[in-house]
Amino acid sequence: MTTKTKQLNRIDLIFKNENDCKEILQKSFDRSHEEIINEMVNSGLKGRGGAGFPTGLKWKLTAEETEKKKYVICNADEGEPGTFKDREILTRVPHKVLAGMAMCAKIIGAKEGYIYLRGEYKFLVPQLRDELKKFHKIMDELNLDFVVDIFLGSGAYICGEESALFESMEGKRGEPRNKPPYPTQCGYLNKPTVINNVETLAHSYTIMKYGAKKFRELGVKDSWGSKVFSVSGDTPIPGIYELELGMSVQDFVDDFGDGDTKAVQVGGASGFLVPRKRFAKSHIGYQGKLTGVSLPTGGSMMIFNSSRSMYNVLNNYLDFFEEESCGQCTPCRVGCQQLLKGIKAVKRGEKPAAYLDKLLKLTDTMRLTAKCGLGQSVANSFSSIVENFREEMIY
Amino acid sequence: MNNQAEFVKDLVTEHGTNRESLLPILQAVVEKDRFLSENAILKIAEETNIPAADVYGTASFYSFLDIVPRGKYVIRVCKTITCAMKGKNQILLALEDFLKIKLGDTTPDKLFTILETNCLGWCHKAPAMLVNDDVYTELTPNMVVDILSAYKAEADKE
Repeated sequence: MTTKTKQLNRIDLIFKNENDCKEILQKSFDRSHEEIINEMVNSGLKGRGGAGFPTGLKWKLTAEETEKKKYVICNADEGEPGTFKDREILTRVPHKVLAGMAMCAKIIGAKEGYIYLRGEYKFLVPQLRDELKKFHKIMDELNLDFVVDIFLGSGAYICGEESALFESMEGKRGEPRNKPPYPTQCGYLNKPTVINNVETLAHSYTIMKYGAKKFRELGVKDSWGSKVFSVSGDTPIPGIYELELGMSVQDFVDDFGDGDTKAVQVGGASGFLVPRKRFAKSHIGYQGKLTGVSLPTGGSMMIFNSSRSMYNVLNNYLDFFEEESCGQCTPCRVGCQQLLKGIKAVKRGEKPAAYLDKLLKLTDTMRLTAKCGLGQSVANSFSSIVENFREEMIY
Repeated sequence: MNNQAEFVKDLVTEHGTNRESLLPILQAVVEKDRFLSENAILKIAEETNIPAADVYGTASFYSFLDIVPRGKYVIRVCKTITCAMKGKNQILLALEDFLKIKLGDTTPDKLFTILETNCLGWCHKAPAMLVNDDVYTELTPNMVVDILSAYKAEADKE
């Protein structure tokens, strides 16, 4: 920790040492489903994977489906560059995640659940299996017919997109589906499915235990609660931190920067780059997505100091997207290739600087026409880097 | 090859012939052989009754399901932004120098393959790499030599 006078509040909820999952579940099971759903809705908890869909509503919509077979899936395909908090949560407090899954299963009426774990985290499987043994014993004691299994990914970023994840579990190429229908109606094996991020599920345990009111003591309007952030890059204290939502990027940089911070990438490669002049005006949270002032995030905070070339940063992101694009839809497949080729051509002087504007237009097209979040969000980092550091792209 | 056929058969018995079993079956073959040979793909198709083109199509989508031969130890060095900033290239050079092969190649003794991969999720402890499923973080060129020497010694014992 730093010795600065003004410091962001470090929250200790997610990683707090608590071993009362059985008691908390028992207490919650005694309440009506409606009460629990209301508690979740009232908490204002939004998906912590980055997309920010209201969790209570997701549970409610799935609970309303009349289909007999339903699923609960924990999305642990944490692949966004700069994000590593889900692994930490699954390592330190997996029981809270499982308790969240059990709660959800009880409410929506699911008997099967899965943790979709990215292949890169395969080393976690033995300890998770041990945890599942304990969990299934608790399920027996509580008389809840709910079994959780682990499904391993095999190195594909796109499988973190929920419908691509279902395709992958179904033994197919991880190519996103058209939406609607949404997973709440038509998810894994075309059955109603709740798919939540690891952290979201852990938060739902916290809400069960302490109540919606307590949860809302942290955060700001429309972005209630705390969030686990993955901090990396040019910082003396990289790591995992639970902080309140709503903080400004300036406050974040004062705490975590190395004194020479040039820009912060919020939300990973698919998020936005915030340059120094916007630190004070940019806040971390879900509200006002379109204004660019409030930045939604899965928790990836990558810090760049003045020694870093923003051209290299963008080149690295585009290289990533070009490889990870599933190739299914043309705007994303060809778009990513052309953006990468384009910035290289400008840098080499083979294309005029004005070519960057054409590339910006291309990202607009991708945002509108790409089938899923991957292709749509390439525009975020591309435009925020090119617009703020145009000279670095050219010279 | 008979061994291979038996192995696939057992896997299919264990996991079933549902399409949902395909990824776990492919993963198990890769864990054993480090890649999916044409024979393995055809055998899986035969045993599961999934068209071979679909089995291949699925396998070729995933970067960890290799369809070309790899070494016993597959090294995957993270090349995404933070690792790139924190010295990934030096790690790669140290690997190439020690193994006397280039990125993407396999040593003649079929022991090591050097690959790059996208974000491994260890940005706070960059640079990072995987050797099969084992994670190594906060790497230095010297550490790389120690790590690989240990794998070499392990292979020599077998």
